[in-house]
Amino acid sequence: MGFAVPTAPAMNAPIETTAAAPPADAADCSRVPYTRYTDPALYGRELERIFYGRHWSYVALECELPEPGDYKTTWVGERAVIVVRDADGSINVVENHCAHRGVRFCRQPYGHAKDFVCPYHQWNYDLKGNLIGLPFRRGVKRIEDGAVRIDGGMPADFRLQDHGLTRLAVARRNGLVFASFDPSVEPLEDYIGPEVLPWVDRVFDGRALTLLGFSRQRIPGNWKLMQENIKDPYHPGLLHTWFVTFGLWRADQRSQMVLDAHGRHAVMVSRRNEGGGGAVTRGVTSFREDMTLHDPRLLDVVPEPWWGGPSVTMITLFPSLIIQQQVNSLSTRHIVPRGPGAFDFVWTHFGFADDAPEMTERRLRQANLFGPAGFVSADDGEVIEMSQQGLGQHPGAFTVSRLGGTGVGPTDHMVTETLIRGMHAYWQRVMGE
Amino acid sequence: MSRLAADGTNRGLRVGPELREAVAALYADYAAALDEARYDDWVALFTDDCRYLLQPRENHDRGLPLATLSFEGRGMLRDRVYGITRTLFHAPYYQRHVIGPLRIVSRGPEGLGVHAHYAVFRTRVHEPSEVLNVGRYLDTVVVDPQDGLARFALKRAVFDSEMIPNSLIYPI
Repeated sequence: MGFAVPTAPAMNAPIETTAAAPPADAADCSRVPYTRYTDPALYGRELERIFYGRHWSYVALECELPEPGDYKTTWVGERAVIVVRDADGSINVVENHCAHRGVRFCRQPYGHAKDFVCPYHQWNYDLKGNLIGLPFRRGVKRIEDGAVRIDGGMPADFRLQDHGLTRLAVARRNGLVFASFDPSVEPLEDYIGPEVLPWVDRVFDGRALTLLGFSRQRIPGNWKLMQENIKDPYHPGLLHTWFVTFGLWRADQRSQMVLDAHGRHAVMVSRRNEGGGGAVTRGVTSFREDMTLHDPRLLDVVPEPWWGGPSVTMITLFPSLIIQQQVNSLSTRHIVPRGPGAFDFVWTHFGFADDAPEMTERRLRQANLFGPAGFVSADDGEVIEMSQQGLGQHPGAFTVSRLGGTGVGPTDHMVTETLIRGMHAYWQRVMGE
Repeated sequence: MSRLAADGTNRGLRVGPELREAVAALYADYAAALDEARYDDWVALFTDDCRYLLQPRENHDRGLPLATLSFEGRGMLRDRVYGITRTLFHAPYYQRHVIGPLRIVSRGPEGLGVHAHYAVFRTRVHEPSEVLNVGRYLDTVVVDPQDGLARFALKRAVFDSEMIPNSLIYPI
């Protein structure tokens, strides 16, 4: 049995769950050629159609940019962008290369600026990316042999407004900031869809956020393997000792798999149990019957009122964002592709402005489970690297994702690979493969 | 915290040879215990109510509290040891610490402030050695008057490395 769809605090009636319609070609998605993870030409088309196409990419939490002029540099696909808060409080996202000679001019990871100046020839841009000035535009006046002459300068038809920074479409929702290179992209709420949006809003309901810090790792694997890892409820209770032993995620729990109508986004929802031995631990080599913590504060879980039942919700927003609620630990995880065989994985941990100091401490302690050294998550990076190695050595082979059949649709259990199939069904439609 | 010398430069504190020797031995034992995978010995180099922090420089410089690893007390260190030896799945590797000269920067009731640079190399099976993590230790060391041994009350490794090469399993 599934969970009630979360509702916004002001709403009384629960939202009806809309079942995602299985895509017509879903049957093909239980087999994926290894080359889908390794082919450089295919990867180039992915950047164009997915990362620079009609999709929203995560770029920031608003709490990273509290004041006008605050900026950060980040990435949409492989393109460097600047995210900056404007004087009126709005947020602009512009591409980080000068319109003059292409220089990636903004080099600080974050900072505060009144405007942006490329150091090469001092072309000067405002916080919206408009070109507002450049040296010697009208030439250089000097007097030679008693006569005034103007040397050089831009042609008379040179217009500043033709030479701004590339400006991206921006969408914000309750502290999350997304950007898109394609201005024809649908509104963010429609993009996320009515099935997944309530789960995003459950974490980001408009409360002020507190930034706790970042973790950054480079994982030598294709970017889709990270999406699949968080669309794969099969592995956590098998790979991760902590999850199966302490009952944080395992197959005998009440759980629910949610997809949007396209199959591109998903939510894995579950509620922890007491752990211990049972039908789902027999023969599971990662299970440790006798394991107890020397310091139980590492898992000092305190349920929060906004959970409304689930103790874990792992949200994948195509193509580049994972939103983690795992007990009291909260993070966004940003996937930045780096060629077909690698991606950067940037974790932003956060809490809420009204957290008591003890809750902040708890979130920070539980962060030991996650990130590049986490008791749980370090395993995921390692296994993705090993996947990429195996996928690269046999171009003619196919992966198998047939747990729970070959179709795509929501389930009220976790013994399924339906979410992985859903993403590949969508991928195939976008890529025309 | 360090001393402003007559020439206007910041200099470390001068302490007696016996104390300096006790501190130097702690760092040598620390590197040896980790690199030889003697993790119970590693735990014994900390005080009972120690703090261990492995933190990206980015967070440290911005005053953000998130650490890559954050442990309070020997119990949590033992839990990490259990994770390393029994639960974490990873490609096997050797680890090698190179720790630079120690700089004693303060002396107070909480102990000695000790700074040192470090580099940690990783060698995976069938692979050449590579840099895993580079940074500095900003530690607090106490010397037990009973046994004369130095231990870490605070071990804080702040790393420059902007990207962790996939994962980090053993302590730094």
